[in-house]
Amino acid sequence: MILEALSYGFMQKALIAGIAVALICSFMGTFLVLRRYSLFGDGIAHVAFGGISVGLFLGVFPLWTAFIVSIFGGLGLQKLRQSTKISGDAAVAVVLVSGLAVGVILVSSSGGFSVDLFSFLFGSILLISNEDTMMILGISAGIITTLVILQKQFLHLTFNEEQAKLVGLRTTLLNYAFVVLASITVVTSMRLVGILLISALIVIPNITAMMFGKGFKKTVCISMSISVISVVSGILLSYSLNLAASGTIVIIAVGILVGTLILKSTGILRKVDIKTPSKITHNS
Amino acid sequence: MSVTSVLDVKDLTIHYDNHPAVDNISFDVKQGDCLGIVGPNGAGKTTLFRAILGLQPFSGNIKLFGFEDSKYDSIIPLIGYVPQRVTFEPNFPATVYDVVSMGLISDKRIVQGIKLIQECDCCWNRIYQSIKKKDDKITQALHTVGLESLRNRRIGELSGGELQRVFIAKALVKDPLLLILDEPVASVDVESQTKFYNVIKTINEQNNITVIWSSHDLDAISKYANRVACMNKKLFFHGEKEKFFSDKELLKTYTESSMQMHMHDHNHDVH
Repeated sequence: MILEALSYGFMQKALIAGIAVALICSFMGTFLVLRRYSLFGDGIAHVAFGGISVGLFLGVFPLWTAFIVSIFGGLGLQKLRQSTKISGDAAVAVVLVSGLAVGVILVSSSGGFSVDLFSFLFGSILLISNEDTMMILGISAGIITTLVILQKQFLHLTFNEEQAKLVGLRTTLLNYAFVVLASITVVTSMRLVGILLISALIVIPNITAMMFGKGFKKTVCISMSISVISVVSGILLSYSLNLAASGTIVIIAVGILVGTLILKSTGILRKVDIKTPSKITHNS
Repeated sequence: MSVTSVLDVKDLTIHYDNHPAVDNISFDVKQGDCLGIVGPNGAGKTTLFRAILGLQPFSGNIKLFGFEDSKYDSIIPLIGYVPQRVTFEPNFPATVYDVVSMGLISDKRIVQGIKLIQECDCCWNRIYQSIKKKDDKITQALHTVGLESLRNRRIGELSGGELQRVFIAKALVKDPLLLILDEPVASVDVESQTKFYNVIKTINEQNNITVIWSSHDLDAISKYANRVACMNKKLFFHGEKEKFFSDKELLKTYTESSMQMHMHDHNHDVH
């Protein structure tokens, strides 16, 4: 069954693009989760919905308009957080509903939901073209290269922004670069799991990986492995059982998370405090 | 100004919502000094440090190694700073080694790295040497604070005293010209305090790194600092430690104001 699935061109494209998306979402997601931007993906994906609607409304390739609108949405979100007293989650909510509202107005003006729009909302990895695959691969390579080059700076920025400033890092510039990269990651990944489930690929593999209690590089590797396993097995399982690929991928990622939690509770995995709400304050 | 002057603060005033946090203070720090700054809670010690580090707007004048304005910013990465509080996620996936290595990153080093690659005939060998050098620096910093054995331990699993030494190693790894420590031994057990003071003594005396350090511990100040500054928004004293500790009136004033501040905080907490 698996060999038969792999012989199809659409499956090959889905797996190649899926693995690329799994890698960028998990790598970028490590920083997003640690910076408490977990819902950033959701916010930007909904802004992208507005961008896609603009593209469909104007008859332009919707992914390009989604990229442009999302990048501006991400920069706006960053500016909102930096220059006002609005908290991070509230800022995401403002940007999220704004993007959604624009999308709803344009969709209703152009006669309702189309097949194209549904494919962006729920993902359509099995339907992607050669051009889409090449575009996803190219953008993913660019994102991973940039993250590898800037990983130390982003890690320091994530750990403590003020301390990062004191070693000479240009924190404002890095923050904007981070938001632009994250926005591009979200829009690139929408074809795989769709706007509504994008946060799952960003958040779940990372919170699972952090339970292993390793250092940064090993955590990123574990997160990438979980993400790739979820995507590959999700695509193959969805083909075998005739299920929606996006939902299957997310359910497998959730399954790995639950399995890891069980391993931890039984003591097989080393006990590590996995609380996320409170921060450690080191009073030196 | 003398070439050996590391820090020169003149007429420094900082206000928070029209209330003075630091009120018109002036002092200087010479190369090799170990200056202990004492003052009650809310005396403006942290605010003073933040101003020196360019994190706090102020009126007056601060010179680092004789530089101010635009050149001042390029000096700041050469300062090692251990803040009073460092907040991070309990699950933060960083080891002791990862955190200490963060102290190495600076624009200067990045530019040097690029130049290194462009000028070099055998790039990989030079890059390998550079990486090796960085690793040596981290190992040396961990050795100085006695944490070599914990280099691969996740920071969320360390005790308060161990964390304190990690942040000192992070400040030391860049080979700082000046080390600023903001109440570094608050909430740390006595054994860790002794280890810490010995580390600071070594850094100051053997490595000739200038140290500015705030503390409530007068015994430690009398033992390890060579100069003392006493402040409570205003600067009451700045000079040799012998002079400070021989001035009974000054010591009495400091102790009383510190006690009053403590009682005020206590009453505030109760209510």
